[in-house]
Amino acid sequence: MCLAIPMLLIEVKPNGTGIVELNGLQQEVNLGLVEDARPGRYVIVHAGFAIETLDEVQARELIDLFAQLAAQIPNPPTSERTGQPA
Amino acid sequence: MNNWIDPFRNPAVADVLAGRIGDLGRQLAVRRPGPIRIMEVCGSHTMSIARYGLRDLLPPQVDLVSGPGCPVCVTDTGYLDTAICLARQGVIIATFGDMLNVPGSDTTLGRVRSEGARIEVCYSPSEALAHARQNPGREVVFLAIGFETTIGPVISLIDPARTEGLKNLSLLVAFKRIPPALALLRADPELAIDAFLCPAHVSAIIGAHAYDFLTGPKGIPCVIAGFEPLDILIGIDHILQQKMKGEARVENLYNRVVRENGNLRAQALIDRILEPVSTPWRGLGILPDSGLALRPDYADFDAPRKLGVPLKTGVPPTACRCGDVIKGKLHPPECPLFGLACNPDHPVGPCMVSAEGSCAAAFKYARLALSPSNCVVHQPD
Ligand code: SF4
Repeated sequence: MCLAIPMLLIEVKPNGTGIVELNGLQQEVNLGLVEDARPGRYVIVHAGFAIETLDEVQARELIDLFAQLAAQIPNPPTSERTGQPA
Repeated sequence: MNNWIDPFRNPAVADVLAGRIGDLGRQLAVRRPGPIRIMEVCGSHTMSIARYGLRDLLPPQVDLVSGPGCPVCVTDTGYLDTAICLARQGVIIATFGDMLNVPGSDTTLGRVRSEGARIEVCYSPSEALAHARQNPGREVVFLAIGFETTIGPVISLIDPARTEGLKNLSLLVAFKRIPPALALLRADPELAIDAFLCPAHVSAIIGAHAYDFLTGPKGIPCVIAGFEPLDILIGIDHILQQKMKGEARVENLYNRVVRENGNLRAQALIDRILEPVSTPWRGLGILPDSGLALRPDYADFDAPRKLGVPLKTGVPPTACRCGDVIKGKLHPPECPLFGLACNPDHPVGPCMVSAEGSCAAAFKYARLALSPSNCVVHQPD
């Protein structure tokens, strides 16, 4: 029940709601619980509310760490399962 | 980057992390007998661990146990009995869908709905406002359950209802706070928990510092992690690293969402409208200050007081072992009813009802046995 996912905020309305998008699907969210919701930011959406904003700098740090870990693998296989370099 | 999900599901990195966890597990095994018991208390963790088969990647020295991470599963039977009683009296019940099939003492909300009671399933609590507007002659009661993550969205109903002068909306409140439950579980010698993998979105509200009291010289590692497979694996990796160094710190690996002090705006709202109370948890009993109830200024939104229907004490089904599952004493398949008398079509206990319940997650994913190699193709729905 605490599932919440990052969605791109594309519009902020004067009434305190906004429009978010994920994979082409849009929905309205209440922005009353977050402070710095601006279009172009990702917000974490739970039960129709943005409960936090996503810090892209911190997210990239972890993604970079994962990239370093992936680079430790001797011969990164091209995965047939995903069709992308693993 | 078109989303912030896929990079946290890379199977090659999962393999590297699993290798590191295996090494650390073996090194720790030389130092101490028995497995390291790591408890997660987040329904989203429970689901991801089951969905991606993460337990299969861990060495035998690491035992991952699910705690009370699902707010539906820890809701007391008496709460459901009260909601069912209100529904039968003609009140419109507005609720998250998970609550429909949770067994009360003798029936479910889903069953009383099929008998004609009006029960509206809401994705967002805001929908309850619309139901109240459209039905001015009837009371609408929102089933206000949830942990810190959900509390803000639910009580956000109150100010607009007051401003609009809606007099027919109230809440049946059984909110729960995670830190007091962690304190109890930590203190249970039978459980012998070595570390907490702290919840992702509860922490977004309460902040990383909320776990400080569990750490320190006599404490255990508390590592906050997101709920994608790589988040969970790196969380376990850091817990084992702390164990190797003999440390017990709060580490925030979900800092892309969780701030040190949490979401202050949500905390201020919670503080203004709610106050701590003792509350019953299914499986854990009554825990002091572990719940939140409406402050006297908001008594007009308190359904039991407004409608004169006090919260009941319920009788959970005797054979259900949810209490032990919620405490992490029992893995779901060890319950004698698991998959037999109790399955998602015929749940006996709440752990089998909510998608995030330990029993439902174990049942749904048991036979898929996903390896991290297929993480990317099997995206959560
Ligand atoms: S399998 Fe069913 S009866 Fe057994 S503990 Fe889980 S919910 Fe309860």
